[in-house]
Amino acid sequence: MTANSNVLIKVENLVMHFPIYRGVIRRQVGAVHAVDGVSFDIRQGETLGLVGESGCGKSTTGRTILQLYKPTDGNVYFKDTNLVKLRQEPMRLMRREMQMIFQDPYASLNPRMTVRDIVGEPLLAFGEASGKEIDDRVKELLHMVQLNPDYSGRYPHEFSGGQRQRIGLARALALNPSFIVCDEPISALDVSIQAQVVNLLEALQEKLNLTYLFIAHDLSMVRHISNRVAVMYLGIIVELADRNDLFAHPMHPYTQALLSAIPVADPVYNEKRRRVILEGDVPSPVNPPSGCRFRTRCPIADAFCAEKTPEWREVRPGHFAACHKI
Amino acid sequence: MAEQLLEVKNLETHFNTPEGIVHAVNGVSFHLSEGETLGVVGESGCGKSVTMLSCLRLIPSPPGKIVAGQALFKGDDLLKMEPEEIRHVRGGQISMVFQDPMTSLNPVMTIGKQMAEPLMLHLNMTKEQARNRSIELLGLVGIPNAGDRLNDYPHQYSGGMRQRVMIAMALSCNPQILIADEPTTALDVTIQAQIVELVKHLRQELGMAIIWITHDLGVVANLADRVMVMYGGYIIEEANVYELYANPRHPYTLGLIGSLPQIHEDVHKKLFSIEGMPPVLYQTPNLCPFAPRCKWVTERCWKENPALEAVSDGHRVACWVDTRNGSK
Repeated sequence: MTANSNVLIKVENLVMHFPIYRGVIRRQVGAVHAVDGVSFDIRQGETLGLVGESGCGKSTTGRTILQLYKPTDGNVYFKDTNLVKLRQEPMRLMRREMQMIFQDPYASLNPRMTVRDIVGEPLLAFGEASGKEIDDRVKELLHMVQLNPDYSGRYPHEFSGGQRQRIGLARALALNPSFIVCDEPISALDVSIQAQVVNLLEALQEKLNLTYLFIAHDLSMVRHISNRVAVMYLGIIVELADRNDLFAHPMHPYTQALLSAIPVADPVYNEKRRRVILEGDVPSPVNPPSGCRFRTRCPIADAFCAEKTPEWREVRPGHFAACHKI
Repeated sequence: MAEQLLEVKNLETHFNTPEGIVHAVNGVSFHLSEGETLGVVGESGCGKSVTMLSCLRLIPSPPGKIVAGQALFKGDDLLKMEPEEIRHVRGGQISMVFQDPMTSLNPVMTIGKQMAEPLMLHLNMTKEQARNRSIELLGLVGIPNAGDRLNDYPHQYSGGMRQRVMIAMALSCNPQILIADEPTTALDVTIQAQIVELVKHLRQELGMAIIWITHDLGVVANLADRVMVMYGGYIIEEANVYELYANPRHPYTLGLIGSLPQIHEDVHKKLFSIEGMPPVLYQTPNLCPFAPRCKWVTERCWKENPALEAVSDGHRVACWVDTRNGSK
């Protein structure tokens, strides 16, 4: 994988709050603080892994970058264009450059459309091709994701989970995008199929010079596929570093706990390792804790952590974290 | 050999579907000793859940049918019991925790009521006794304020807490065997680690035997004494946990372990992947069910299905090829 330092996506202080309405006159009584000020870059040709527990805002971050939600605040730059400021039509045209693959291969394909129609739809929507050209392009795309091109007349239910995920990938590739948000693309698949899809994603990245934002909760897979990894907790990024650096020297107590919770397929290693077991559950994002958000479950938190929000800073070159105790 | 707590012999389960008879479990034999933890590993559709559900006669029938076999629980065949008898075993002496904590609790009953049900049924407790025991059990699985929380409904609990409630319910009648069917698959890693630690702790305290069904080789490595790998309705490899991870022999086991990214990996390697996908068996195969995906495949594999045979003490493999050196 070639990762140079040309920034493709720049996210600045992205905030996404979902309002909560109550009562007859639907007054706003609060907001779900799904994403609460995250900033990071994604470089051309790299894979940035985004990990965290369910409800931490990682999928919302991915969707907000693509402007599938209108962000509450913040900027998202794609090359030099600020996507947040774009009007509808220029944004629509911009979508050719950025695509998404979804978690659930059963829900993300229309069961009443054939594979040819599903994969060809983006081409039709942007007027890139018509008739016979679409057929040819669809066959080429299916070949690219290692599906038999003769299957283009079939319906999604005739395929297995892994094959459906390939169809979703073919659809995402139809318009030659440069950036793909992969939202937990493998978590619904069996172990042996996961490896197939991950190998395919890597091969395509190399061939087409793609940039990925890889969202997942499986840390070992994220380590495998990513160049850099960002760890999210309750709407904010708590740590971001090069993958080897992050896994070898995690600095934030949440990252440390998360890493120690990974089940490792090695009984001998398991007996030796020190595990940090976190107490309790993730707090509600409607009322996030004051100060440091992780303090309610943090093994080393003290009174100061409740008062002051820790600053996001570069602890070592290229290794960012937000914690008072570092 | 001393009498086993549970001994399953040649279990076969079929499902009648419009496409034909699916052979979900094909002559599976295994045993479970007292206080032992057995991990059952395999991908979806390999028959691991159906095997355990068959033992407890929880297979919906029709379409499911247990065609042959025995499941001896302390010498009595569970498959031959009267419905009344097996109801006493289920939930009492053998209990089960299911995968999805969201759907296995009744959403319109309070947690307290659901927990009291098995206690009043199996142990003939009064309402008052059942309530006190429930509070004790919730405390045991680490739910704070148990007394108040009994009046809550399942939606007021988080996923991890619901799974704790399920475990508390399964433990409520002091079972001798706890069957856990992918109990942590729907949970986040940090919560999964909490549940695994909890089960280890409870196992020490209560001394029950556990059958832990999962597709996650990592969780099993951390918990089980012995591991059984299933594929296409057969057990294809079985060994002590250290032996299995140190010397996996069956090509499928090798593939499964190889397709996991290594957490200690520093250099980037391509993942080993098993091509193709698991089979649906419409007939008892006269070939090795893994042959179409196997890279060690030989001519014999297409003609005969290998039986499970011991390769060393306690390590059994069903394969014609010795994957250590490729000899037949």
